[in-house]
Amino acid sequence: MRNNVDSRTASGSFEAAASGLADDYVTMSVGGQAFGIPVLSVRDVLGPQNITRVPLAPDEVAGSLNLRGRIVTAINMRKRLGLPADDFVASAMAVVVEHDDEPFSLLVDEVGEVLSLPATRRESVPATLDARWREVAQGIYRLDDRLLIVLSVADVLGAIRADA
Amino acid sequence: MGQETGHSDMDDLLNEFLAEARESLDVLDSELVELEQRPEDPALLGSIFRIMHTIKGTCGFLGLPRLETVAHAAEDVLGRVRDGGLLVSPEVVSLVLSALDRIKELVAALGATGSEPAGSDEELIGALRRLASGEVEASRPADIAPSAKAGKLYDRAGGASGIDTACELACMAFLEQSAQREALEPDMLKLQFALAGGLTAALQKTPGIDIVDVLTCLADNGWTEADLATLRTEIGKAFASLGVDADDVAALLRHLTREAPEEAIALPAVEEAKPKKGAETMPAATERRDVAANAPSETLRVNINVLEDLMTMVSELVLTRNQLLQILRGYNESPFGAPLQRLNQITTELQENVMMTRMQPIGNAWGKLPRLVRDLTQELDKKIELVMTGADTELDRQILESIRDPLTHMVRNSADHGIETVGERLAAGKPEHGTVELSARHEGGHIIVQVSDNGRGLPTARIREKVVANGLATEAQLETMTEQQIQQFIFRPGFSTAASVTSVSGRGVGMDVVRSNIEKIGGIIEFQSTEGVGSRFVIKIPLTLAIVSAIIVECAGERFAMPQNSVVELVRISHTSAKGLEEINGRPVYRLRDRLLPLVSLAEILDLPRPDRAADDDSGTESTYVVVSQVGAFVFGIIVDKVFDTEEIVVKPVSRTIRHISCFSGTTILGDGQVIMILDPNGLASAVSAVPHIESAQTTTGDNLTHDRDAVSMLVFEAGDGGPKAVPLSLVARLEEADLSTAEQAGARTVLQYRGGLMPLIGLDGEPAVRTGKHPILVFVDGSRMLGLVVDRVIDIIEAPLDLQLTGGSRAGILGSAVIASTTTDVIDTVHYLRQSDADWFSVETEKAFGEDDSRNVLLVEDSAFFRNLLMPMLTLAGYHVTVAEHGEAALEICKGSGRFDIVVSDIEMPGLSGFDLARLLKSDGHMKGVPIIALSSHANPKDIERGMSAGFTEYVTKLDPKALLGALSRVLSSDESGKDIAA
Repeated sequence: MRNNVDSRTASGSFEAAASGLADDYVTMSVGGQAFGIPVLSVRDVLGPQNITRVPLAPDEVAGSLNLRGRIVTAINMRKRLGLPADDFVASAMAVVVEHDDEPFSLLVDEVGEVLSLPATRRESVPATLDARWREVAQGIYRLDDRLLIVLSVADVLGAIRADA
Repeated sequence: MGQETGHSDMDDLLNEFLAEARESLDVLDSELVELEQRPEDPALLGSIFRIMHTIKGTCGFLGLPRLETVAHAAEDVLGRVRDGGLLVSPEVVSLVLSALDRIKELVAALGATGSEPAGSDEELIGALRRLASGEVEASRPADIAPSAKAGKLYDRAGGASGIDTACELACMAFLEQSAQREALEPDMLKLQFALAGGLTAALQKTPGIDIVDVLTCLADNGWTEADLATLRTEIGKAFASLGVDADDVAALLRHLTREAPEEAIALPAVEEAKPKKGAETMPAATERRDVAANAPSETLRVNINVLEDLMTMVSELVLTRNQLLQILRGYNESPFGAPLQRLNQITTELQENVMMTRMQPIGNAWGKLPRLVRDLTQELDKKIELVMTGADTELDRQILESIRDPLTHMVRNSADHGIETVGERLAAGKPEHGTVELSARHEGGHIIVQVSDNGRGLPTARIREKVVANGLATEAQLETMTEQQIQQFIFRPGFSTAASVTSVSGRGVGMDVVRSNIEKIGGIIEFQSTEGVGSRFVIKIPLTLAIVSAIIVECAGERFAMPQNSVVELVRISHTSAKGLEEINGRPVYRLRDRLLPLVSLAEILDLPRPDRAADDDSGTESTYVVVSQVGAFVFGIIVDKVFDTEEIVVKPVSRTIRHISCFSGTTILGDGQVIMILDPNGLASAVSAVPHIESAQTTTGDNLTHDRDAVSMLVFEAGDGGPKAVPLSLVARLEEADLSTAEQAGARTVLQYRGGLMPLIGLDGEPAVRTGKHPILVFVDGSRMLGLVVDRVIDIIEAPLDLQLTGGSRAGILGSAVIASTTTDVIDTVHYLRQSDADWFSVETEKAFGEDDSRNVLLVEDSAFFRNLLMPMLTLAGYHVTVAEHGEAALEICKGSGRFDIVVSDIEMPGLSGFDLARLLKSDGHMKGVPIIALSSHANPKDIERGMSAGFTEYVTKLDPKALLGALSRVLSSDESGKDIAA
């Protein structure tokens, strides 16, 4: 799977700055918005999975899934971002990340290419953004055709734990 | 994995050394502390000496001069102790320990940077040398001062340490001269040990390595006579340089010829020990014997990551195996059947073995503690004894690592803050030695670790002050909390009760860190303290990654695993005749044989969407199942839709995002690859009472521990005037409803024909019931006797911790009142009613036991007011003279005083001194030694009983069974009596 992502890196690195000060992001879309996660923190990308619901769990926790013998907690990113999430889980793609030695999979609509973006072009998050979004966003890139929000994995998962 | 490139052999050797050294140093730490206690143990001293010697030798070999010199100096001191030149004293041990600390520092730096840090150890080495050379008059034994010229050749050669040193010097010198230095170097250390061992064996005339064999091996390996001669010369030089005189050197060298010297031939022991010469090369042969001589077991160091990967792969294999077996079930006959069964078996064995590699005794996490406590006793000028039990309790290494630091912190806390100084202890009337006790044991799929001390305890008042001062809670909030709840505040971030920060515990690490570490691995921690008596931490951690047998159940279309060890039985209830399934105020109960079983619906607890009954009216749902479960002494039923078979599951910890849900103890992957949750019977049990008040279920995990223990299931009902009444559910045999107009009059009583007998009916006022109307009846049964208590309405079954407030004894039949489900409820005195109906209900046994003998003195030790009030009148009624102690310490006090008792009845779980401790203390006390003790507990599993028996209890009785207690009392007393008769 890692190889899979790596090959995308090669094909998607059209914008790699000559200076080498570029970060690679795995892009994904949630509810029509593009998000990016640093490629080094992504362990796996999976298609729709058989997810076991966990009763009484926080709303954002979609359940658990079996990734080659490891139990991975699935986070419904639509719910995490306060978006409508009807019939979402069954068809969602899963981006597997590791946080505090525990694997999580972020359920998103689609996973796209890997982009190499120069760190200098990263902008701060507009203060007017919804608090739910601001909390998880680390920065924004203005791409030609869309805006890419850089997600902080720690913040996406941290708040869920704090609720608990 | 795969990082092996880029490492030279030297790096590998170094890493090997580092890993070995860290382990050896830990062993040294605790062995030295042990040596201080048992200075006479030669085996212990020998082991210490050997470890230090190996460290020194290896460091010399690896070219680590600082480490080598420090180890060498320490070894010299130890050598002197071993040769009798020095007595083990705290100064000696302290100095060797400080050398050990220096070695640890150097090893740590070595591990971090790959080379020895610069610096000087002169001061330390100087101190060690002074001690070793006898300049410091550190308790030299007066009687035998070894003189250089007297004694055997072995002693004149400097004993084992002298021989070791000489061989080492010789080998080094030989290597300097040798042409094949490169080729020889790796084996030199082995040769050195072989030579030293051989010489020692020959001189001491003990079996061991045969020196002639060693030399033969060398020759076999292509050493020329010239090489051997050089080696001998060097050995001679080395002994000479150590101050051995010329005659003795010559005598020593005679042992080093291949033509076995006359002297050696004369030694039958050596001849005997001489093994058949194999074709092995020198290093292999000597090494093997070395291993046989030194190490008891064969072990291999394996990188943890390799084990982790192995574990993951085995889990995968198990899943695949399960899938294959599932497919196989679809075929009646398959050519794959036999091989698959074989695969099945092998996989299971493989899995078990891999699991085993990960289990380690918890003692591994305790290794550093004796040293820690010893240092603290010196630093703080206290006398502290560290008692450790259950060190061989095994648990997963991952968990072991996670609890190592919290445990250390708690022990340090106990020693620093808990135990008082000698002066304070004596002033408080305690023995001057404080005790810190560390224990571990398995209990129902968990490991319970306790850290307790008999120090000053933590006054709740101080905690209150702090809590308010730090703004963690308001006075008003604290008012509503129990002492237990307030004590748990010490786990809040930023909370520290130490009045002053000491160098020992004030390191900015609070108990909040301890708690979060414990919770990280799915454990819970609780704190209990009694001022002046001591404190206790109880940690409950899961045995993750353990394989448990579980029943797979289904509810609302979702599957769950239920650990089999908590399941008592399974009951199938058909929908068409839901016999026995009843409701009390909407709460389901089930009549299981002669008891009333509180039920809880899994769907309700887990808030699962309930599909319409009508919708899934197709096959398979005509019945539901009740999983009868037991937690402690509490038995309850869980309603599920379906029960599948049992499966061996691998328990994995739940994600941190859902760890707060008390209903789950873990997750697992089933044979078909699906992830399912493992239900936690403890969590479900508390949910039994929590269902109607989910929003109030914010008790801390710590409280849950106590909750489980002290909670009692109460049947709450209305009868007569005043508020609700309650009775422990376990005392009620059945719940009936009858039209009292069908009851009959028999003499002054009202009786009902019931189950082929006559059951007297009485009202709450104790008078025969009025024969009108339909009423619920609480049925109390004992053997053939029955009693019906007629009530107006049954309200609920509530599990609640019972803190009984005493009310004036004016009202007969009421024990007192308690707050149950936030309503003041009178708890009825069942004994009173039983007596009303049948005056001799409780008196029969006692009469049988000792006829008209005058009453026996019973000491009842029980911290719960409820049980005191339940048991005391009952015992008095049965003719005993009862003295009550509210806790273990009070009991001791009473016994120390004028108290003379025929028997002691004691609760097990009490704050401070536990029942076990009390029993042990009483048994060791002169005039109480022969007095039988009956244990009273809400848990009565076989393990507890066994533990109780070993602590000195004569009998073990469940709290809620007063009849059993009376039976045990008369049984024990009468056997005691007959024993006395025989003696007289």
